[in-house]
Amino acid sequence: MSTVTLPEDGSFHLTEEPHHPEGGNTMLGFWIYLMSDCLIFAVLFATYAVLGGSYAAGPDPKELFDLDLIAVNTAMLLFSSITYGFAMLAMQKHNSNQVIGWLLVTAVFGAAFLGIELYEFHHLIHEGAGPQRSAFLSAFFLLVGTHGLHVTFGMIWLFTLVIQTRKFGLTSAMQRRLSCLSLFWHFLDVIWIGVFSFVYLVRMI
Amino acid sequence: MSLTEFIFGRLTWAAIPIHEPILIGTFIGVAVIGLAVLSAMTYYRLWGPLWFNWVISIDHKKIGVMYMVLGIIMLLRGFADALMMRLQQVLAFGGSDGYLNSHHYDQIFTAHGVIMIFFVAMPFVTGLMNFVMPLQIGARDVAFPFLNNFSFWMTVGGAILTMLSLFIGEYAQTGWLAFPPLSGIGASPSVGVDYYIWGLQVAGVGTTLSGINLMVTIIKMRCPGMTMMKMPIFTWTALCTNVLIVASFPVLTAVLLLLTLDRYIGTNFFTADLGGNPMLYVNLIWIWGHPEVYILILPLFGVFSEVVATFSGKRLFGYTSMVYATIVITILSYVVWLHHFFTMGSGASVNSFFGITTMIISIPTGAKIFNWLFTMYKGRIKFELPMLWTLAFLITFTVGGMTGVLLAVPPADFVLHNSLFLIAHFHNVIIGGVVFGVFAGINYWFPKAFGFRLDPFWGKVSFWGWVLGYWVAFTPLYILGLMGVTRRTRVFDDPDLRIWFIIAALGAVLVAIGIGAFILQIVVSILRRDQLRDVTGDPWGGRTLEWSTSSPPPNYNFAFTPVAYDLDTWADMKARQYERPVSGYVPIHMPKGTEAGIILSAFATACGFALIWYIWWLAALSFVAMIGYAIYHTFNRDRDYYIPAETVAETENARTKQLAEI
Amino acid sequence: MAHHAHSDAHHGDHHGESHSHGSFKSYMIGFVLSVILTAIPFWLVMTGGLDSRVATILSVTGFAIVQIIVHVYFFLHVTSDSEQGWTMTAGVFTLVVVGIMVSGSVWVMFNMNENMMPAHDMVLGNPEGVVQSE
Repeated sequence: MSTVTLPEDGSFHLTEEPHHPEGGNTMLGFWIYLMSDCLIFAVLFATYAVLGGSYAAGPDPKELFDLDLIAVNTAMLLFSSITYGFAMLAMQKHNSNQVIGWLLVTAVFGAAFLGIELYEFHHLIHEGAGPQRSAFLSAFFLLVGTHGLHVTFGMIWLFTLVIQTRKFGLTSAMQRRLSCLSLFWHFLDVIWIGVFSFVYLVRMI
Repeated sequence: MSLTEFIFGRLTWAAIPIHEPILIGTFIGVAVIGLAVLSAMTYYRLWGPLWFNWVISIDHKKIGVMYMVLGIIMLLRGFADALMMRLQQVLAFGGSDGYLNSHHYDQIFTAHGVIMIFFVAMPFVTGLMNFVMPLQIGARDVAFPFLNNFSFWMTVGGAILTMLSLFIGEYAQTGWLAFPPLSGIGASPSVGVDYYIWGLQVAGVGTTLSGINLMVTIIKMRCPGMTMMKMPIFTWTALCTNVLIVASFPVLTAVLLLLTLDRYIGTNFFTADLGGNPMLYVNLIWIWGHPEVYILILPLFGVFSEVVATFSGKRLFGYTSMVYATIVITILSYVVWLHHFFTMGSGASVNSFFGITTMIISIPTGAKIFNWLFTMYKGRIKFELPMLWTLAFLITFTVGGMTGVLLAVPPADFVLHNSLFLIAHFHNVIIGGVVFGVFAGINYWFPKAFGFRLDPFWGKVSFWGWVLGYWVAFTPLYILGLMGVTRRTRVFDDPDLRIWFIIAALGAVLVAIGIGAFILQIVVSILRRDQLRDVTGDPWGGRTLEWSTSSPPPNYNFAFTPVAYDLDTWADMKARQYERPVSGYVPIHMPKGTEAGIILSAFATACGFALIWYIWWLAALSFVAMIGYAIYHTFNRDRDYYIPAETVAETENARTKQLAEI
Repeated sequence: MAHHAHSDAHHGDHHGESHSHGSFKSYMIGFVLSVILTAIPFWLVMTGGLDSRVATILSVTGFAIVQIIVHVYFFLHVTSDSEQGWTMTAGVFTLVVVGIMVSGSVWVMFNMNENMMPAHDMVLGNPEGVVQSE
């Protein structure tokens, strides 16, 4: 609204249709959605903070977590972040093939991240440290798993956008969608910083 | 696992409550009325118009009206529960067991709370915001029209799941917040709590998305000149409400998710063993629960502000202080949640902190009360229906607020916690605040939505029924609470208490008269619509932009985007002899209706039903279908159209002619 | 600033939105910073940490906070002027609510455990069933 200048004659309406850039609301709307998602994670972090010490005589973090694995996993997510950034740069240059290429590279890193996470979960459950074992493990699996689930949905969305970019080209609607996924993907990265710092590292000290 | 078990999960014939005569009677009643409505619709060929003009409509005005209709229908259900409880508590004395067994009674008080909060009060406030707010800010629609339609149908989906529990299976017997360990799988192994969880989760998606939608609408779509501090006060309260929705419903979603995992896969968040902690649930759900209270009341504060200013013929007293009071309430509502469980034992330091923050919240609220009083002071007050509701609110709500401050004192709360005093307190603020506000809003904006006023006679009958009914029904509960009678009790021993329950039941009958008169008011108004017709579009001498349009407004709301120079834009326009433009129309860009909203919601509802009954194949199928359909919908690029300038001219010329005939 | 290079595209109709984009340089700065800010805490913890446990925890927390700011700035492009400051406002508000929620829950639940569960101070016959809190 603020881009429109008020009529100088003090009349009470605009004679021309004000120029609302199509989809100009989407980015703000999506950002607010991310904020609400952030609060879901806040509840899960709070749960982990409260229940994280309730081992119920079961295994504790030092017996369970393998930091090497988490370091590799973190690297995967960081790489996927920068490759998504390259996709966005390609989008600014209107090079749709490059966009698709970088998206696919991002998907490879995302898949690697998910693969490692599934391996970790499988390993823990196999050792008898499944989510049912103690409140600590319930909170752990839920927090990390919810993040993983978000990454999974990000991947589905990413492949949808790959197909749509091929089909429609880099129209302004597509640019908007790619920007939304960019926000989503980098947002998951921010959550992961919280996860590796407070779920893993701090508990290993 | 047998094939039947695979196909139907735990759904068997035993889930149909044929042994409960009350439910069978209800079912027959619903079936007869339902059949009558369906056949009447078929006879009058209304299915097409219903589908094209309403179900798939993305017009914020129609979605707003549909929210209100949903709220009214669910009010009837929720109030039926209330009447049954009142009757039970009258009968269950002197060794009598009353007429409801504990299994049924416990479901009723749970369903009453859940329905009244989630499916009556929430649709009412969302409906009012949807209908009024875009008009007030001079917008053509909300920021995401399709999302708006989808949100509505998700709310309906949640309501359907909740209502379905009447006839298939049972509802939760846990109270409206389903505290574990009672709501855990050990104590509640049946489907009741699962109906509760999935009904709220489905509706919660709708509520959150609608919150995002309306928030972006207010931020981005105000007409030129309307700065934040020139926004109508109702829009301000709507903004704060939606901020609260977006920043609190995710908490509910997450907490219910934890409970779901405890029940479905055996995690230990809220169990009493293996390190779980049921009190964490109570802590987390009230982090959502307290902001929720303000989600309900803030928009009605906005309604009262509009009504008081309009019917006093004055500008609202203390607009700026009203805005800041609203913002302060919004923020403070996040630091008071523990006052719902002082008795849980967090100790003196924690209790005093939350007791003090709770008392602080009454300061901005008190400031608002005085602002309304000062607005009326030396005004020419017109005692129309919306104003009557506002006056009743001022008196009733102030009493409710004061008993609230009383409960905010931890030692007093230790005595009154979970007593009928608490029940009386929150009904005092919710009926006196939310319900009275909704009726003020309905009577105020009904002419805008339909082009004729609501009948004042039946409106007054409804008003007195509700107001007297509230006081007769809940004053005894205050007294009983002070005597130490606890909530959710089914049978009583002490015969001395009975008289108070009889009085309370009489109050409930008065409220029933109020509700009946309200329905009659609508019917009578439709029959007498020609006498009640308003062609000016501004029947009350309104002050904000919605009154500058025709009643009902055209689907594009404003032929020309309005420009605001003053806080009360429409009052300013009238004062400066504004002349309506009668030529120079341009094509208007509008979004197209879509059936995607109701289809997605149907998949979500089916998925919820399947999860309740452990029908895993259906859950997986409907979930995949939902995701697949959502993706498919993103491929649809045929989403908008232009209303040609000639059509706009036609509509506007008809309006010009109509105005000239006054 | 690097990521403001495209700010002239604000309100441009071919973009259809007013969200600032990054440049190659800003993405690379963000990436290098985040690699460093990830590597140090991992290294710190994996090599045994600082002398004081509290100091290690505080430094890991510090690195996390700085890294989150780096990501929000270089990858999410949230600045005080994107969307007329609304993204920033929404972010700060969310941060406040998250802070209240997490610290409040921990405070409330810690006090509740202290007051309501004296069991962990007693010697019980069956420690399996006892909720252990740190």
